[in-house]
Amino acid sequence: MRNGEAVPLESVPLVPFDEFRGRVVARTAAGARLLALFAHAGRFHAVLGDEEAGTLEALRTEARGAYPALTPDCPQAHLFERELREQAGATPEGHPWLKPVRGPIRDFFRVEGDEVHEVAVGPIHAGVIEPGHFRFQCHGEDVLHLEIALGYQHRGAEEALTGGPGKRSIHHAETLCGDSSVAHATAWCQALEALGGTRAGARALALRGVALELERLANHAGDLGALAGDAGYLPTAAFCGRVRGDFLNATAALCGSRFGRGLVRPGGVRFDAGPELVADLLDRLARAGRDAAGAIGLLWDSNSVMARFEGTGVVSRADAAALGLVGPAARACGLERDARRDFPQGIYAYAQVPVSTAPTGDVLARAFVRWLEIQRSLVFAREQLESLPAGPARAPLGPLAPDRLVVSLVEGWRGEVCHVLLTGPDGRLARVKVVDPSFRNWSALALAMRGQPISDFPLCNKSFNLSYCGHDL
Amino acid sequence: MTDLLAPPLLALAGSPLLLGIVNKTKAAFAGRAGAPLLQPYYDLAKLLGKGAVYSRTTTWVFRAGPAVQLACALTAAAVVPLGGRPAALSFSGDFLLLAGLLAAMRFAGAAAALDAGSSFEAMGASRELQFAALAEPALLLSLAALARACGRLSLAGMFAAHPGGPAPVLAAAALFAVFLAENGRVPVDDPATHLELTMVHEVMVLDHCGPDLAFINYAAALRLWVLGALLLGPLLPRGTGPGTAAAALAGLAVLTGLVESATARLRLVRVPQLLVGAGTLAALAVMLARGGR
Repeated sequence: MRNGEAVPLESVPLVPFDEFRGRVVARTAAGARLLALFAHAGRFHAVLGDEEAGTLEALRTEARGAYPALTPDCPQAHLFERELREQAGATPEGHPWLKPVRGPIRDFFRVEGDEVHEVAVGPIHAGVIEPGHFRFQCHGEDVLHLEIALGYQHRGAEEALTGGPGKRSIHHAETLCGDSSVAHATAWCQALEALGGTRAGARALALRGVALELERLANHAGDLGALAGDAGYLPTAAFCGRVRGDFLNATAALCGSRFGRGLVRPGGVRFDAGPELVADLLDRLARAGRDAAGAIGLLWDSNSVMARFEGTGVVSRADAAALGLVGPAARACGLERDARRDFPQGIYAYAQVPVSTAPTGDVLARAFVRWLEIQRSLVFAREQLESLPAGPARAPLGPLAPDRLVVSLVEGWRGEVCHVLLTGPDGRLARVKVVDPSFRNWSALALAMRGQPISDFPLCNKSFNLSYCGHDL
Repeated sequence: MTDLLAPPLLALAGSPLLLGIVNKTKAAFAGRAGAPLLQPYYDLAKLLGKGAVYSRTTTWVFRAGPAVQLACALTAAAVVPLGGRPAALSFSGDFLLLAGLLAAMRFAGAAAALDAGSSFEAMGASRELQFAALAEPALLLSLAALARACGRLSLAGMFAAHPGGPAPVLAAAALFAVFLAENGRVPVDDPATHLELTMVHEVMVLDHCGPDLAFINYAAALRLWVLGALLLGPLLPRGTGPGTAAAALAGLAVLTGLVESATARLRLVRVPQLLVGAGTLAALAVMLARGGR
């Protein structure tokens, strides 16, 4: 099975539990990734991805009330198994950290000792950001352990999408995670098109690609500015804020929404770009790209900023691989992982974007990967705009095929967005499983903070810049 | 009489303006219009017009904090001369009183922060006192170097003597680091941040509001003025009037804004190195100062 390919549900192997567990453990130990693990209709479903071969594999087994946990042998399953307990009531026995994912945590981990103190931050924060609760176990200024409690933004997004697709589905999909609207909408539409037997035209795919790269450009530029701001470095903070606006405005020129809402629709895109608009977008990209290079170049040339970034919040390559991190956070640990290359779909099946990595796994690496990606996205978006294929922008979506499973992966700016859709016998969506990159990466933040001064937390946090609503769904 | 009263009156009236100048400089550097120069005054007026809310967990220590801080800052403003004029309160050894007043002000702030019982504020107080323990020797050694170079034990005497040699320059460099640290400016602290976990000064006042916060902010503005005047005093040419000295302070505020714009904050564990460096410079100044008069 490939990314964005619908397969009949009967063709997904239904195996005994021991074989299910054994195969997931063996495949992930051999380098595959656990893309999703969820329960539906009395069965556990697992989706594995093989980056080398570019193939996906789905497995099913009969659900149990209690089962031997996968996590001890496959750390990637850690959050999925906690979620499984919360959503399906199945208890993974031997799970080392069986706490709610989105529900309230009552038994926070505590470090004992006279000199240890606890700092609790949130869920209401001083800045205009989303709610999340952070508990630090500190010895002096050093953090021994950070526990993150999320779920304040849980709004039942998967349930709202189930039973569809309806009129509201695309709007729910676009707002699964507000700053990744294009990525989630593309993953959603890609899946529906596979189920409906529709092929979006080349022009539509190219425009989706441009919008996705614009989203990446805007967020990466904003993040680099915010990182500079947290380090107290004004010039980059101020100018990157504006550059982010320029990229957002370019998206608005394309579809009328700064966040790309309303652009990606099943079957293609809702707004076509005429020659004048293409010229305008190219001009905007060139100017914003030039300004971004100037503002971000200051960061690397400023010793005081480098001193803050270097060696702060290190995540090792081994930990990143074990946790199954995605996106710039994984690439900053030296992992060559990019769904645009590993599981190419849409325009990325025809045009390559080089994978940007950095070796050190610290804040600097995460910042630098963003800068590399900005440069490569600019080139990619320009190339696509200069050679937009002819053809219709949108094709009609046929009725969804019954009893199918499709996995749709899109490399959003924060990492891989994964939608798994299952249709029932009536051709309606019986189950929608959404895995946002934030879901995978939050535990990396806790890991990065071990042994760090607590005053470096905001910088570490910003270098991941994870979404609360994408995690909470 | 006007000679004596001009410096403290200028300090009382002009100190919030320094903060406005710093912020305006930063805004200009970042390509923004920025808040009006007089914004700190508007903020003080707004805060004074508000009521105060006190947590039930706090005691009189929390309520006394702002008043003690303001009292210390006001007295300090009377002790430090501006330019060539003697201060309103001047006697031999008055520089020790100044250091004591700044320490008392810090103590009141830290005690009030601890009294609030929040882990953030305690963390800020701990950082504040850690940095102060290193900034204070730098301050005292700088003043000792000036006293030795000038052969005078009063601030007015030191400011009037204008000794040559490297000692005053070294002392001024050390005092600049103290000036940035004590006032919570970049690279030691970031007054513009909203992130409690990285704050030093700002986090200590989180639970204060209304007139209490106005007192604290006004006291902080006065401290900026006082330490600025202390830093500039020995450097200004002979016969500088209070007006010119105040203009030099405005220049210092611009310089502070430029420093904040062009550098990132230090990692907190690196701040002690900056302050110890300042202390070393001051110690060198003491050694190089030749007995004056």
